[in-house]
Amino acid sequence: MNRFASARARQTITAVGLPLACLALALYSLCAGSTLGIGQAFDALRGTAPHNIYVMVTQWRLPRVATALLLGAGLGASGAIFQSLMRNPLGSPDIMGFNTGAHSAVLIAIVLFGGGPTAIVGAALAGVILSAVVVYLLAWHNGIQPFRLIIIGIAIRALLVSLNTWLVVGASLESALTAGLWSAGSLNGMTWAKIVPVTLPITIALILALALSRRMRLLEMGDDAACALGVPVETSRLLLILTGVILTAAATAAAGPISFIALVAPQISRRLASSQTLALPLAALTGALLLLAADVAAQRLFIPYQLPVGVVTVCIGGIYLIGLLLRESRKK
Amino acid sequence: MTALTPPSSRLRADNLTLGYQRKIIARDLSIDIPDGELTVIIGPNACGKSTLLRALSRLMRPEQGRVWLDGRAINDYATKEVARRLGLLPQSSNAPGDIRVADLVARGRYPHQRLFSRWCAEDERAVAQAMRDTGVVELADRSVDTLSGGQRQRVWIAMVLAQQTPLLLLDEPTTWLDIAHQIDLLELLRELNRNGGHTLVVVLHDLNHACRYASHLVAMRGGRIVAQGPPAAIVTAQLVEQVFGLRCIIIDDPVSHTPLIVPLGRAQA
Repeated sequence: MNRFASARARQTITAVGLPLACLALALYSLCAGSTLGIGQAFDALRGTAPHNIYVMVTQWRLPRVATALLLGAGLGASGAIFQSLMRNPLGSPDIMGFNTGAHSAVLIAIVLFGGGPTAIVGAALAGVILSAVVVYLLAWHNGIQPFRLIIIGIAIRALLVSLNTWLVVGASLESALTAGLWSAGSLNGMTWAKIVPVTLPITIALILALALSRRMRLLEMGDDAACALGVPVETSRLLLILTGVILTAAATAAAGPISFIALVAPQISRRLASSQTLALPLAALTGALLLLAADVAAQRLFIPYQLPVGVVTVCIGGIYLIGLLLRESRKK
Repeated sequence: MTALTPPSSRLRADNLTLGYQRKIIARDLSIDIPDGELTVIIGPNACGKSTLLRALSRLMRPEQGRVWLDGRAINDYATKEVARRLGLLPQSSNAPGDIRVADLVARGRYPHQRLFSRWCAEDERAVAQAMRDTGVVELADRSVDTLSGGQRQRVWIAMVLAQQTPLLLLDEPTTWLDIAHQIDLLELLRELNRNGGHTLVVVLHDLNHACRYASHLVAMRGGRIVAQGPPAAIVTAQLVEQVFGLRCIIIDDPVSHTPLIVPLGRAQA
């Protein structure tokens, strides 16, 4: 009927509009700052611009834009995966404590071992993976029940938050500052050298997520229905969790904990176009657009101050949640 | 007649011990599902009939014993391969929010699809056939959210039929339906059995429906099979009292000439 015809039209518009919006915003952010014309930016990309402009565009601005898009897509997809698995809009890696686990590991690396940048990346990776494993194992009881997984995640997160506070209180001023900067989540000073290592895991995980997305939709109907249709329930769930954790871990290792993109992107994309088949790619695209927009805002809104992008995403998330709560409470 | 089924049944269970955690529900339970029959399992609440169905459909792994499907242990198959041979309507499923009826029915084609494979003409035919059989064609473009309980149940059944499996297991499919839709559904099941050549196993609560539509009736109590066979051959007042603890008289159903159970109240007992 009509409703579905218009829903399909909306799907198409969203599926075309989101990449275009990403592209436009990417171009804007290549040109903004010490302002360039679009022509100059294109010249730089083709390598025909003067050297200083070429370096500024391709070595400073482009890596940052590319990182924002890549990490945003990864976070959006990982949020979509966890929300589908938990059948709960709060089931996202930041609520489940995986980010907090990364923070703890980084604090331990900095405060206790005086680790440098490489150690921080490694610790963040290990922290996400370790906290995910602990949550998964504690939630395991003859299989995984989504609700138990999310409750255990929240409990682990609370524990880790207090551990982090304790670590910071005992730290030297300098290490506390380093850790504090990292924990804000920032894309400042992104270079190609920093992005390349995370590009591969994120790309692989995104492809894996796409390959699993049919099973993911069937799992939403309940374990029994999915199994009856031939989905290996626990294996699929483990693979999906693994994919989501890789996405979160890679993003966190590259830029620090960037909260709320994973939580909010799938919700926004669902409001733009409710699509069963495209839910995952649309959430990834929305995540990419959101993180890029947040980063542009972080750079441009409070000149001469540059905010860490994590601060802006937390604001976006907070405003979104309050808006959601207000709307729900008005409905009643 | 069917009391002794040949050992060649496609689906059978050997000496199952079934339970959840420490609680054993059935011990040493064996059953042969006769090919080409409409088997109905009845029994009081908590007698293990749904648990047996879960074990037969590999939703639940028995603590001991084995379920055999086409001569191989069911757990040795890839779960997708089982889904090409055996369809199951579980007691409860969640419809994912805003989904078109036709899209939900199409999910029944999952076991026949490969990774990234495209929708083919055979899938389309199976879905169309399943929707015709269950009378949900005119609902195709509606959202599942907007359906009544009875319509929704028929859509779920259409999804299972779209799987096109020779074996069909249904756990209390008539729950949520009014009496007219219950009879509609049971007639559909009988038709699938007689004309479609499906082997069906159905858990039902209503004894009279069971007697009327089953070609093979299995009565369970306390995790054991008390009696099995054609309803007319096994259903007696004594059996009903033994299985359900209910005193009754059995008369001939004037329409189908199967046993009709009329319970006795306290005053008559």
